[in-house]
Amino acid sequence: MSQSVLIQAVVYLAAAVVCVPIAKRLGLGSVLGYLLAGVLIGPAGLELIGTEGQDVMHYAEFGVVIMLFLIGLELEPELLWRMRTAILGLGGFQVLLTMLGGMGLAMLAGLAWQPALATGMILAMSSTAIVLQMLKEKGLTESSAGRSAFAVLLFQDIAVIPILAVMPLLQIYPIVATGAEGHHSLVEHLPGLLRVLVVVGSVGGVVALGRFGMRPIFRVIAGTGLREVFIATALLLVVGVALLMELVGLSPALGAFVAGVVLANSEYKRELESDIDPFRGLLLGLFFIAVGTSIDIALIAANVGVVMGIVLTIMVLKAAVLWGLGGRFKLGTDQNLIFSLALCQVGEFAFVLLSFAQQNGILATDTVGLLTASVALTMALTPVLMLVNERWLLPRLGTRDKPGRTEDAVEEKNPVIIAGFGPFGNTVGRFLRANNVGTTVLDMDSDRVDLLRKIGLKVYYGDASRYDLLRAAGADDARLIVVALDTTEQSVELVETVRKHFPHLQILARAMDWSDAYELVDAQVPHTRVYRETLDTSVRMGVDVLRELGVRAYHAQRAAHLFIKQDLTHLDELARVRHDEKLYFNTTRRQLREIEQLMEFNEKNRWLKEINDGWDTETLRAEVKSIK
Amino acid sequence: MRTILILFAHPALEKSQVNRALLRATEGLPFVTVNDLYEVYPDFEIDVDREQALLLAHDYVLMQHPFYWYSAPPIIKQWEDLVLEHGWAYGRTGKALAGKNMMNVITTGGQQTAYQPTGFNRFSIREFLRPFEQTAVLCNMTYLPPFVVHGTHRITPEQTDSYVEYYRALLTGLGEGRIQPDQLTAFTYTNEYLIPFPIV
Repeated sequence: MSQSVLIQAVVYLAAAVVCVPIAKRLGLGSVLGYLLAGVLIGPAGLELIGTEGQDVMHYAEFGVVIMLFLIGLELEPELLWRMRTAILGLGGFQVLLTMLGGMGLAMLAGLAWQPALATGMILAMSSTAIVLQMLKEKGLTESSAGRSAFAVLLFQDIAVIPILAVMPLLQIYPIVATGAEGHHSLVEHLPGLLRVLVVVGSVGGVVALGRFGMRPIFRVIAGTGLREVFIATALLLVVGVALLMELVGLSPALGAFVAGVVLANSEYKRELESDIDPFRGLLLGLFFIAVGTSIDIALIAANVGVVMGIVLTIMVLKAAVLWGLGGRFKLGTDQNLIFSLALCQVGEFAFVLLSFAQQNGILATDTVGLLTASVALTMALTPVLMLVNERWLLPRLGTRDKPGRTEDAVEEKNPVIIAGFGPFGNTVGRFLRANNVGTTVLDMDSDRVDLLRKIGLKVYYGDASRYDLLRAAGADDARLIVVALDTTEQSVELVETVRKHFPHLQILARAMDWSDAYELVDAQVPHTRVYRETLDTSVRMGVDVLRELGVRAYHAQRAAHLFIKQDLTHLDELARVRHDEKLYFNTTRRQLREIEQLMEFNEKNRWLKEINDGWDTETLRAEVKSIK
Repeated sequence: MRTILILFAHPALEKSQVNRALLRATEGLPFVTVNDLYEVYPDFEIDVDREQALLLAHDYVLMQHPFYWYSAPPIIKQWEDLVLEHGWAYGRTGKALAGKNMMNVITTGGQQTAYQPTGFNRFSIREFLRPFEQTAVLCNMTYLPPFVVHGTHRITPEQTDSYVEYYRALLTGLGEGRIQPDQLTAFTYTNEYLIPFPIV
């Protein structure tokens, strides 16, 4: 490995390590941190990185591909189908209107119609990388704004195909000698129909591979127990699909997205996610840094007025179009603000399209330079805009609307939300239903959701710990939330979200065992509202054992009640004691220690004494006898 | 042969001496059904259908219980509230129990002398039992005088045994038809009828 690569790596990593935490701490978000890091190390800053930043960007774009793969993994095909109106309507009109608007403005600025149209098409794109990363960081992915933004971005990715096809027809300047850059596709020279067939065939191949091919492959790989091979396989899948798409002239990101959606129902979904996610993070970070380095401060400085004018015009135009469409598509004021401002930058794909336009003699070189600088600036400004929106606009405007207007929002308002509909949650749900209590059910297991829906239950798919989904589920109006998620981490996360955003909601949380229960008590759930699933059942069994041994039923029943009551008191006390100990014991030893403590407790308290008091007490007899 | 349903209620039978002994009197009597309420319904969830069917199948309803706080343990009240339904046990169409007989079989810690105007408890047993008496009447049953074991705090095993024998005599007499309800109604306690009665 050459030294210069290592030096570069150190520069990039150091810049990220220094800038991102600072940006995060200042509340600016990681995207802005990376961009600033890029500016800092770029030609305009410390000059640690020269023009090779452009090459880095090319590699780093792969982060976007991985990101779309991951998004695809999260999106069930059914969910995607439900979004079709948003994708085609919202996305289609966004691209069309922005394109026409951009074209009109460009013609006003004196461009001929052909370069103006090209400019319009380029400006219509938004930055998938920045927008999705930002939304994810702010936990807005599942909100109606997040969903709509995603729909638009998805359509834009699809729109790239016809745009690349149309562009060469707009040539007015002599073609610049092309370097190695540009999109070369194998199908370019094929006749139209065959080309379509190849494209459709490739997408079909990806779908078929994901559906039928990957599962046995993953099974074999997973069987080897070699984690890194599994990661390599996953990466190979994504890279391979991206390459295939590029070869047939489709957007690699789109292909990766399709592959992700196809694998969304696979049992290896979580594994894939956790394995690939670090690559996404690193590559996207690199990508943002590269965008930062590409901001040509010198050019901007020389044309401050023009660049600022272009930036402002672009952002106002895009935001206006988005705002209008958002209103049309029934986004609330707050959601529409997020939606319009999040998408009002020009995307990374514009860099590709601009150089493509330049090489194909569509746009003049100085125009391209100005536009490139402006595009980079719009990207850099987006996180700032979002921040302004979050801090100043939303608090003033956002609250006017009623919440929960998500497209596939949960319609009814029920007093009880049940998060997690496994065996436990569903028993609670059936019980409440039998008592005519309206419940809104949220569950993460899509198969289960499907099944329960078929039976006719109102069950909704989603990660209950997400603020916006809770809101959509009517958390503002509900009175209680039953937390019965599969893992403690999820439960605790949900509890924290509820306590933070919906403090009025009473929390009743299911716990598997003691350590679960401790976590929940630590998360401020009252100990009487933590339900260990093993407690009542085991005590009930104990009651039957006592009865079989000849103990009176009523005595056994009272003993059980008292035992449970005392057990809850122990939970409260031990949860407080535990903190000192958990530092010293590993899990197994801690559990043993806990059992020991419980046994001690029961012996010390001689809890049976309490039941034995009452009815025919010895003391009364003694007193009566003494009177005689 | 007449049939007898004993509605037995003791929340802590394991600590009772007299009531456990009295239950011995029921052993081996084919016409007696002991319905141990606390054992069958430790959670107080009375099965109304079962209880009503039991009532219909018997001629005598004996409520056997300690006389806690001048009344019965709470499960008896729960039983009454749930089982004696309007339209079934009482009311215009509620004639299901017509012609049956009801009696309290109780144990008290205090002596009989304590249950009189000058005594410790100021009222008589019959006065305290009036809610039961009126319940029986409202349900078209004949209320029979109570069988009472007084002074259980100081009772001797011999005394207990003789009560068990009286109780057995009562149950067999009623079951075999040698004792008729109208032979009892004139007494304050059923005990008074039994004392001269030959023990079989």
